[in-house]
Amino acid sequence: MTMTDDPATHMDSASHMGRPRLRREDPELLTGEAQFIDDMSLHGEVWVGIVRSTEAHATILGVDGSAALEIDGVTEVLSGADLAPLWGEGALPCAWPVTDDMRNPAHLPVATSVAKYVGDAVAVVLADSRYAAADGAAAVSVDYDPLPAVVDVEAAVADGAPLVHEDLGTNESYTWPLIPNPEAVEEAFSNAAHVVSERYVQQRLIPAPMEPRGVIAAPGVASGELTLYSATQIPHILKVMTAVTLGIPEHKIRVVAPSVGGGFGCKLNVYAEEILCSALAMDRGVPVRWTESRSEAATATIQGRGQVQHIELAADDTGRVQAVRVKLLADMGAYLQLVTPGVPLLGGFLYHGCYDIAHYSFECTSVFTNKTPTDAYRGAGRPEATYAIERAMDSLAVAVGVTPEEIRSRNFIAADAFPYESCAGLIFDSGDYQAVLDKAVEMAGLEGVRATQAQRRADGSSRQIGIGFSSYVEMCGLAPSRVLASLNYGAGGWEAATVRVLPTAKVQVITGSTPHGQGHETSWSMIVADKLGIDPDDVEVLHSDTAISPTGLDTYGSRSLSVGGTAVFMATDKVLDKARLIAAHQLEANEDDLEYVDGAFQVKGTPTAAAPFAAIAFAAFTAHDLPDGMEPNLEAHVTYDPPNFTFPNGTHIAVVEVDTDTGDVGIVDYVAVDDCGNQVNPMIVEGQVHGGVLQGAAQALYEDAVYTEDGQIVTVNLGDYLVPSAAEAPVYRVASHVTPSPTNPMGVKGIGEAGTIAATPAVINAVVDALRPMGVTDMAMPASPQTVWRAINEAQGGAS
Amino acid sequence: MIPASFDYKVAESAEHAVALLTEHGDEAKLLAGGHSLIPMMRFRLATPTVLVDVGRLDDLRYINADNGTISIGALTRHSELEHSELLAQSCPMMASVAALVGDPAVRHRGTLGGTLAHSDPASDLPAAVLALGGTIVARGPGGDREIAATDFFTGYFESALADDEMIVEVRVPAGGAGWNYQKFNRRAQDWAIVGVAVANAGAGVSLVNMGSTPLRASAVEAAVASGASAADAAAVAAEGLQPPSDLNADADYRRHLARVFTQRALNAAGVA
Repeated sequence: MTMTDDPATHMDSASHMGRPRLRREDPELLTGEAQFIDDMSLHGEVWVGIVRSTEAHATILGVDGSAALEIDGVTEVLSGADLAPLWGEGALPCAWPVTDDMRNPAHLPVATSVAKYVGDAVAVVLADSRYAAADGAAAVSVDYDPLPAVVDVEAAVADGAPLVHEDLGTNESYTWPLIPNPEAVEEAFSNAAHVVSERYVQQRLIPAPMEPRGVIAAPGVASGELTLYSATQIPHILKVMTAVTLGIPEHKIRVVAPSVGGGFGCKLNVYAEEILCSALAMDRGVPVRWTESRSEAATATIQGRGQVQHIELAADDTGRVQAVRVKLLADMGAYLQLVTPGVPLLGGFLYHGCYDIAHYSFECTSVFTNKTPTDAYRGAGRPEATYAIERAMDSLAVAVGVTPEEIRSRNFIAADAFPYESCAGLIFDSGDYQAVLDKAVEMAGLEGVRATQAQRRADGSSRQIGIGFSSYVEMCGLAPSRVLASLNYGAGGWEAATVRVLPTAKVQVITGSTPHGQGHETSWSMIVADKLGIDPDDVEVLHSDTAISPTGLDTYGSRSLSVGGTAVFMATDKVLDKARLIAAHQLEANEDDLEYVDGAFQVKGTPTAAAPFAAIAFAAFTAHDLPDGMEPNLEAHVTYDPPNFTFPNGTHIAVVEVDTDTGDVGIVDYVAVDDCGNQVNPMIVEGQVHGGVLQGAAQALYEDAVYTEDGQIVTVNLGDYLVPSAAEAPVYRVASHVTPSPTNPMGVKGIGEAGTIAATPAVINAVVDALRPMGVTDMAMPASPQTVWRAINEAQGGAS
Repeated sequence: MIPASFDYKVAESAEHAVALLTEHGDEAKLLAGGHSLIPMMRFRLATPTVLVDVGRLDDLRYINADNGTISIGALTRHSELEHSELLAQSCPMMASVAALVGDPAVRHRGTLGGTLAHSDPASDLPAAVLALGGTIVARGPGGDREIAATDFFTGYFESALADDEMIVEVRVPAGGAGWNYQKFNRRAQDWAIVGVAVANAGAGVSLVNMGSTPLRASAVEAAVASGASAADAAAVAAEGLQPPSDLNADADYRRHLARVFTQRALNAAGVA
């Protein structure tokens, strides 16, 4: 761990915030005490096994469950048609109709007539155990009449392409342009001294959280209630959507997310299995459950990325970029899941990166293919945007004849330009991009690495060194509700918190932000403890159950701290405001004369006259002697809607060694300097950077959801889908540069996605840098040894 | 990811295991460490109806040296090979290769007999036993027989073992000096994309994942024997082979890798 900038120094009089603190969540997780969906069991539960399409596109001629029904423990086999009455007109929800004319085909939980991707649910087996359900699903025979499949996103928009949805008459879902001044963009390109024009492919990624998904739907037969347990990031949104989809009164639904083993966005959704289990449970009056297998997760859970990007830069002769123009083809897959269409837009504002570029042109066309739907995956649109601009900036550096760091410095938004209105219309909050880059360059020991690189090149070594830069800025802290409205998003972006002081001065925090590995309990307790002058262990954090935390908008988009944490911060202030009135009453002082020091109110300058927090808490509880008209108890609720996004930024430098004999790439050094604003728990920040960087490096080097031309997925297990392990992780060297965000009172920005956003282009830029003298100018992802070896061969004019 | 149903028997001795195999024929599979068999069952690539668990036969967990021969009990775990002081002194190649199998969890469960019986062309230890010129001792209803490693691997996941036989011991000559093992993979815990084992300064050379079985690279051995340089010997490493194509490597790239890593292994084993 290398912290060259102590974040604690940026927090006023903080005793916990800004200092590393072990996560209180970890003992339960490490000892196996934490309860995940699959650890639960309910009396009388029925297991669901799902028969999934083996065809990418086919008419379902018939479902024969007779063999399955012979299996001991299998009780029913239901086709999509059998199940259709359970949801009637209710299709799986898409909450983000990004344009008024967006095409959104009806998406039933179980297909009735046509299967549209491998993994599409086509029938359901009910059984008394998970084993019988699996045996039963394997024994169901489905009669398919194959239809032509469209798999490649560029092929999908070609004339005469097969149609994923015949009734739509096209594979295009929508086109979304963001071109504030088209004439200025054209002019910039016609006057440009340098034009960079590149095409990049963002391969599809399988999110692969440690815990696959799982659902248990438990009905209250007499009460008409539904309790839905799900491994989800979004219990609150899921509750609303389940009510809307199935017509169950919302107040009769309780959603519980028990311990959730990661999500990375893939559990930010309303899935077929959640609706299916809920509908069956309410219909049959018994708990109905399903646990996803790892192989099933490859196709039944959304995938990430899946874009073809065309990016062009127009620069003057010094390399100052005047305009950026992007055309994007985004692969939606067969259907639109909860926020599928919005993902490209989250990147659509950021293709100018952290550069002061005057003119902007972005246009996204989103396309259906016969593959698993895509949706949000760690970074969601922003890694793709960052990749495109950061790769293109390296190409521009080559064209201009300057170093990657110099081309960035010449184009950075200046530190004194904040708040900065970008050419895409956002207001960037704060930052000092040059200082961040300078720190990264210093940490990387760039001069020494360049000397080694030069020596290896001169020697014709088979171990070539490459240095890759990635300077990024992202928009997170989703999001101002009014901004979401302007983007046609179907909900707001606020977050709720309640801070409740118990009679014994212990504190309960109820947060609408739903953790699934981020450490909210630790961080929220630190925020409250600092404000109240108490021990973080005296603060309990409750979440993830709509019966306990009825109001919230959950966890995604690096929003937890900057939105949910701010709500906690503000609710604690409200508690203190009320406590101050009680203290003034007790001390017979004017409230304006009080100050709160070390957990007690005292009259300024008179420490002897003090009202400790515990005494105030108890007084609020007994209500024996409160100010006239004051309600008993000490509790406050805040719903916070942020006025703006936050804009974390940073520069990462990857140093790779490429074995030119084999194409093998090793990351030999990795420096990350991030500005996520003020930090509550630097240990959690560093953990997020480590995991995020590896996840981003994984896209660069390892991971790829591989489909055959006829739409069969090849990578359905973790032997073929290469999630890197600790052994592949680089030794991270992490530092911070802090420019507090003026957007929220804590000055925080967000760090959950930064590493993933930054790392992919850093690693690929390094690989290309290593091989540029050999004639390599581009590199497909993942840069597997075979891909790299062939790229070298092709560049050298040899056989491929 | 849910296996088909099966019956489970615990073998109390090697003889008991053989008797159970005799009783159940090709419906039965031996379960040792389970790190190859169980995943195959979970994918339903293997659907044995009876599992005969030999994992508790601790009398088959040993490493002995006698008269220049190392005898290793079939149920010896990879981690035991990895950390064996006897092997470190008498046959360091076996310990070193064992340390590269899978990850620590795999090495603590996986057994030498199991990995040989499984006959996966991508496994590491079969290549080591091949290069060292080892012998496999199989026990059947009629007693024990010795099978040279060179005769043991007969096809893709197929060995010379009969349905009613189990491996009880593996023997390798002590020494093997002038050895090296090159394993090329993308993640530490993965099978080799290509591996090359060199023993006795190139007298024994074997290849991993370059065909349907673990292979002796006889062309390389012959070249080394005739005094060829490492580079020249490595140039024939892929001669006549039909390596598989998969997501990590197509056949041509595998042939290239075999040449690269054969040269590296020979060089590291002291062949100039």
